[in-house]
Amino acid sequence: MSARERWTLLLAVMLFVSGAAWGVRSTYVLSALTFVALNAIAALGLSLVMGFAGQVSLGQAAFYAIGAYASGILTATHGWNCWAALAMAVVAGAAAALLIGLPIFRLSGLLLAMASLGFGIIVYYVLVNWSGVTGGPSGLTGIPPLAIGGFRFDTDARVFLLAWTVLLFLLGLAGNLVDSRVGRALRAIHGSESAAQAAGIDATRYKLGVFALAGGMTALAGGLYAHYLTFINPSPFGFGYSVELVVMVVLGGVASLWGAVLGAAAVVLLVEALRAALPLVASSRGAAEYEIVVFGLALMAFMIFLPGGLVSLRGERWPPARAER
Amino acid sequence: MTFAEQLAQYLATGLVVGGAYALIGLGFVIVYGVTRVINFAQGEFVMLGALGMATLLGRGVGVVPAFVVTVAGVALLAALLEWVAIHPLRGAPPLAVLIVTIGASIAIRGGALVVWGTDPLALPPFTAGPPLALLGAVVVRQALWVLAVAVLVFAGLWFFFTRTYAGTAVRACALNARGARLMGIRVERTHRFAWALSGALGATAGAVIAPITYATYDMGLMLGLKGFVAAVLGGLVSPPGAIAGGFLLGVLESFSAGLLSSGYKDAVAFLILIVICIVQVAGWLPWRVAGEGEA
Amino acid sequence: MVRMSPLLEVLGLGKDFGGLAAVRGVDFAVAPGQIKALIGPNGAGKTTIFNLIAGALAPTRGRVLFEGTPLPVLRPHAVAARGIARTFQLVRLFGEMTVLENVLVGCHRHGRAGWGACALRTRAARDEDARLRLRARAVLALLDLEGRAEMPAAALPYGEQRLVEVGRALAMEPKLLLLDEPGAGLDRGEQAHLAAIVRQIRDGGTTILLVDHHMDFVLDLSDEVLVLSYGEKLAEGRPAEVRSDPAVVAAYLGEEAA
Repeated sequence: MSARERWTLLLAVMLFVSGAAWGVRSTYVLSALTFVALNAIAALGLSLVMGFAGQVSLGQAAFYAIGAYASGILTATHGWNCWAALAMAVVAGAAAALLIGLPIFRLSGLLLAMASLGFGIIVYYVLVNWSGVTGGPSGLTGIPPLAIGGFRFDTDARVFLLAWTVLLFLLGLAGNLVDSRVGRALRAIHGSESAAQAAGIDATRYKLGVFALAGGMTALAGGLYAHYLTFINPSPFGFGYSVELVVMVVLGGVASLWGAVLGAAAVVLLVEALRAALPLVASSRGAAEYEIVVFGLALMAFMIFLPGGLVSLRGERWPPARAER
Repeated sequence: MTFAEQLAQYLATGLVVGGAYALIGLGFVIVYGVTRVINFAQGEFVMLGALGMATLLGRGVGVVPAFVVTVAGVALLAALLEWVAIHPLRGAPPLAVLIVTIGASIAIRGGALVVWGTDPLALPPFTAGPPLALLGAVVVRQALWVLAVAVLVFAGLWFFFTRTYAGTAVRACALNARGARLMGIRVERTHRFAWALSGALGATAGAVIAPITYATYDMGLMLGLKGFVAAVLGGLVSPPGAIAGGFLLGVLESFSAGLLSSGYKDAVAFLILIVICIVQVAGWLPWRVAGEGEA
Repeated sequence: MVRMSPLLEVLGLGKDFGGLAAVRGVDFAVAPGQIKALIGPNGAGKTTIFNLIAGALAPTRGRVLFEGTPLPVLRPHAVAARGIARTFQLVRLFGEMTVLENVLVGCHRHGRAGWGACALRTRAARDEDARLRLRARAVLALLDLEGRAEMPAAALPYGEQRLVEVGRALAMEPKLLLLDEPGAGLDRGEQAHLAAIVRQIRDGGTTILLVDHHMDFVLDLSDEVLVLSYGEKLAEGRPAEVRSDPAVVAAYLGEEAA
């Protein structure tokens, strides 16, 4: 796919999304689709890490939380401008990723998975225990919605549009990146690290760069989340969410840009569909419990029968091989 | 309570919890060593052991039969899981296998929620009686059961792995699967056995610790992660390492909860995890934690 | 031969693997503009010496000077940045990338576009990319691979994959090119083609150090040969001198007969 085709496709999706923002009246549907976009932004970052650095992070929820809390605290507690706070949140996420990645990325294997798992859980406990700043378990309230001048992103339709715009823009940037000098270096590292190094590519630095990029993107999603809900508490940012993000990436297909979106959509929609469908088959009591069981079993079945992820259904390999302009 | 008594108390508490971590960590080591899979559902075996024991004891079944039935049942479930979900993924990317074990963990936890609900189940200690005073520490009787069972299991495993043909075969598979196959060892059966064994270890940990901690459907996640840290602390492929790692983790956790802050008690294990990773990168660790780069 | 200050100097280089000495105190120098070959039977330590020069392994003893200064240790990308390119004994291509993209990776060090410029496709980044693509295409032309530019590298026959790897190294425009068993797995015709290309590269001003155990291939191609046996230097000199060296003949008789 050439750059022009890619941006045309993104524009088409954007038009469709805009139509949905005006046409869909159900706030329930709009909010579910907003969460698809927020999750997809975070999953996109993680899919770059998994696809390029060949490493899995089991602590991405921490970067989401850092983004949400940084932006939330700076606006609600310190009265910052919301866009400045959001920018700061991105920087904080990227910086945190650098901090944890710097000592780790010199070796490959399971180390990043372990260290990020530890980091993610520690961040969670800090959120719970550092009540003076984070509000502790009861959370942080009074986060203002994002606003440009007098236009406030305070309805589901507006945030939906904003989240999808950000997602599609990032997809476009990521697509550009993949098909560029930096992207080739990253793909080379993925193909053969030793050969990439022999071509003068500092693999450690590039992997670290991808991880920081993912940290920043995930923090951005977290910041958008905080300004959307205007209230945050630690419970959504636990280890479970880190796992869910990995699941999204793997479901969609590792190292495929649209795979992250597909995976996020699949997880959000599967959960919602189960919630809607199960009370019909199971007795009303205990439907939520069955939902968890079915989700777990579906996940297992999916990986057993389609280990390449959703994108592998199209039989198309990513990255785009014929990228000549 | 004097300061020395306090320290003794922390040590005792830490060793008891550490015994459970060591059992859980051993489960990780055995499955990882033989099949190179990190089994995310390991903690759920612990939960099933605890809830199974609680249910059977509640129905008036004796401690010994309840223990045997629970452990055997979970071992069977673990073997079944290997057969249905892990075995078909031979040669798949490690990440896909990891996700399958995550799916299994979610499904098992959900199943427990359906069967047992959210309320914690209390269960009586194996032997009744008031707590004992040992070297200045007050120790509930069940704590002695935890340690006794753990030590018995360690001794049994040591005997099995070093003194029996079957145990040697398992070790051979862990060292070199192809070589083991050439020697006529049935690697597939060994894999299933490793899963069953780790299921049994997890269930044992859950069954003995539950009278102290209560049993709930969601206890598996944290216990599983702590057991994983114990295994990593010991090098991830070394059973004695996992045992030492388990006790070390339990004691460190107990001391930091007592002396520093109880709010961060659960974070200690994960701080240790990060420190180990960094220390290994710096090359100060005399053993390898896990994974290797391109040759 | 005119004495020039050497491009590469290997001084007392040694490498032990767990008590087993793979390389035992080897000294040699490579003069600018020459094709030098390291030959020797399997296990003589040839590839180990390559990996020590390229920074993939750390020497146990000794050191390597390039243009008079020591090379970085265990930082292969930094060695590459000094102007040393290499190929691998077993071809290591980026299989999912196209042939052109593989060569473009070799051009990496001639580009400067960073993360931001690449993501935003700034004019500077696009211009640079176009320039690098021209360079890469020129390299492919030299190797007669223009027709393969858009094919995935993994789809090529083995002989051409080897050429792509040479192309990737050439695209770096190195001062010194290390070729690890370039002739392995090639038939006579392909070997001759490769030899012609290697000469052409040398004539373009690039110094070449190669490792091989095909005596005929190496002796025809090289200006100077160093024979290794069990990690030690057995002989060094012009191909004709080495060919008649009794120690070499003795060490090689079994090998060549096989």
